[in-house]
Amino acid sequence: MTIRRRFAMAMAVYGTLAAAAIVLAPLVGSTTIDLGRVFDFSTPFSENVDAQIFFVARLPRTLAGALVGAALASAGVVFQGLLRNPLATPFTLGVSAGAALGAMLAITFDWTLGIAGLSAVPAAAFLGATGAVSIVFALARARHRGLSTDVLLLAGVTLNAFFSALILMVQYFADFADSYRTLRWLMGDLDVSSYQPLLSALPLLVVAFAAFAWLARPLNLLSMGADSAETRGLEVASAQRRAFFSASLATGAAVSVGGPIGFIGIIVPHLVRLMVGSDHRVVLPASALFGAAFLVGCDVLARTLLAPVELPVGVITALIGGPFFLWLLVRKQ
Amino acid sequence: MLRAADVQFSYDTLAQPVLRRVSVTVPAGGFVGLLGPNGSGKTTLLRCLAGTLRPTAGRVTLDDVDLGTLSRPAIARRMAVVPQETRLAFDFSVLEVAVMGRYPHLGAFEIEGPADLALAREALAATGTAHLEQRAFTTLSGGEKQRVIIAAALAQIGGTRAAAGTILLLDEPTAALDLAYQLEIASLLRDLQRRVPISIVVSTHDLNFAAGLCRTLVLLRDGEVLADGATDDVLTPGRIKALYGVEADVQRHADAGHLVVVPLRRAKGGPAA
Repeated sequence: MTIRRRFAMAMAVYGTLAAAAIVLAPLVGSTTIDLGRVFDFSTPFSENVDAQIFFVARLPRTLAGALVGAALASAGVVFQGLLRNPLATPFTLGVSAGAALGAMLAITFDWTLGIAGLSAVPAAAFLGATGAVSIVFALARARHRGLSTDVLLLAGVTLNAFFSALILMVQYFADFADSYRTLRWLMGDLDVSSYQPLLSALPLLVVAFAAFAWLARPLNLLSMGADSAETRGLEVASAQRRAFFSASLATGAAVSVGGPIGFIGIIVPHLVRLMVGSDHRVVLPASALFGAAFLVGCDVLARTLLAPVELPVGVITALIGGPFFLWLLVRKQ
Repeated sequence: MLRAADVQFSYDTLAQPVLRRVSVTVPAGGFVGLLGPNGSGKTTLLRCLAGTLRPTAGRVTLDDVDLGTLSRPAIARRMAVVPQETRLAFDFSVLEVAVMGRYPHLGAFEIEGPADLALAREALAATGTAHLEQRAFTTLSGGEKQRVIIAAALAQIGGTRAAAGTILLLDEPTAALDLAYQLEIASLLRDLQRRVPISIVVSTHDLNFAAGLCRTLVLLRDGEVLADGATDDVLTPGRIKALYGVEADVQRHADAGHLVVVPLRRAKGGPAA
């Protein structure tokens, strides 16, 4: 089957899946709502309870899940291609630990943004992610011409551990309420009840996705090794830089919205590859769409499994993802 | 014509240069072998010729144009490289690997067309791997992998319709292969050059592989050219001793039709200085 056909089929299948998830998810919840009444515009919005639940409580959360899922899944694909390691995740290189450190500081020290006393947690998380990414990149560049993927990996893993230690140290002195909020944040949660976080993250994600579109073919070449990619006409160093920064941007933006929701970035790309093969021109967009559907689905489970108690969605993805990851490790080739 | 003129290269500004004033000419339609012991600079020279390393002094030119002034895709359309071994990070099919050779001919968002697929398939057929088209590359044997990579390289420079003056560079292509596959790769390269007017440069440790294939040889020792010229003139017991510190007998083999090197013993006192 030609690449065009495979691309079209993957888009049709995964696009339908994502669209269905986004449309159906807001209808599911502890209160049953009726889609007909939601779009009944003869009733004013202030009196239309169904429309309020749909548009104010559930739709932002569903859209957040779709965006975060798409970002984490496609960032996972890019990191796996960049590091030439199918077990890499968006959090392997320290992005999530940096974000967690930022979020924890904002929570513990009650930082607010200048206007209207908005919480600074997402912004601090994004800044933390940026800091971690810069450190890892500087280290990986210091030793070699070009970008050493070995140093990237080791620096990322070390930074993850180091930032976690910093978080624990501050937590040791923090009061109970702040510690609890930090813990909740670290679980990864889509408890979004306005469109504001989406609007902040959207421009960043648009930039990242545009870069991903350009990266699909270079990632195919990079999977043969940097030298082979170069002799096939790829400017390897600049492609690696673009991959690293765009995937970090997507991860940072996603984490600032939903916290470090684990395993999406590894489960989704692997399931997609099992179905569509390895060509990144299909794997990347298919993973973004399937990631959106997958996280929205997990969030429905998180909201309904122990209703009226809402579980953090990160717990659900980890409960599914942990065993899946181990299966990947021991799976016969 | 690919030419290295007085090429010098060091990986580290403080370290001894790996290549010192090396000059090599690869004429159109030439078949050049690079020989030398480990650490003599074969691979480094090959990388300089391929443009993936920039010489610290001297220059490498492709038809009198400095490689440093050409873009990566422009170089890739004229020159392809076959590494010693290729390990894929993901499961691509054999056809997908061959088609990747066509990437330097496509625009940033362009998708390979029927012509590119046809070229890739022809190249697979030319290397006897057409029947493996749908197999996953990672499941192939070492010899099959190497033939597929040669096919991808061939597709990159125009396939079986490659223009004269396109170049195939191979870095120890048989180092990881057993005897049968070594012979197979040798006859494949010989066949290929008979059918397509490409130039081939191959670095190798295998003297008999080089003697059977290459029209000219370049002997490298400690980053310098010890000798170069026609294979029959260059490959002498004296030079082999100077290169490897090994006493060897060199004879023309009646059946094989080329020189054959039989190593006898290590020369006393190691490589002649």
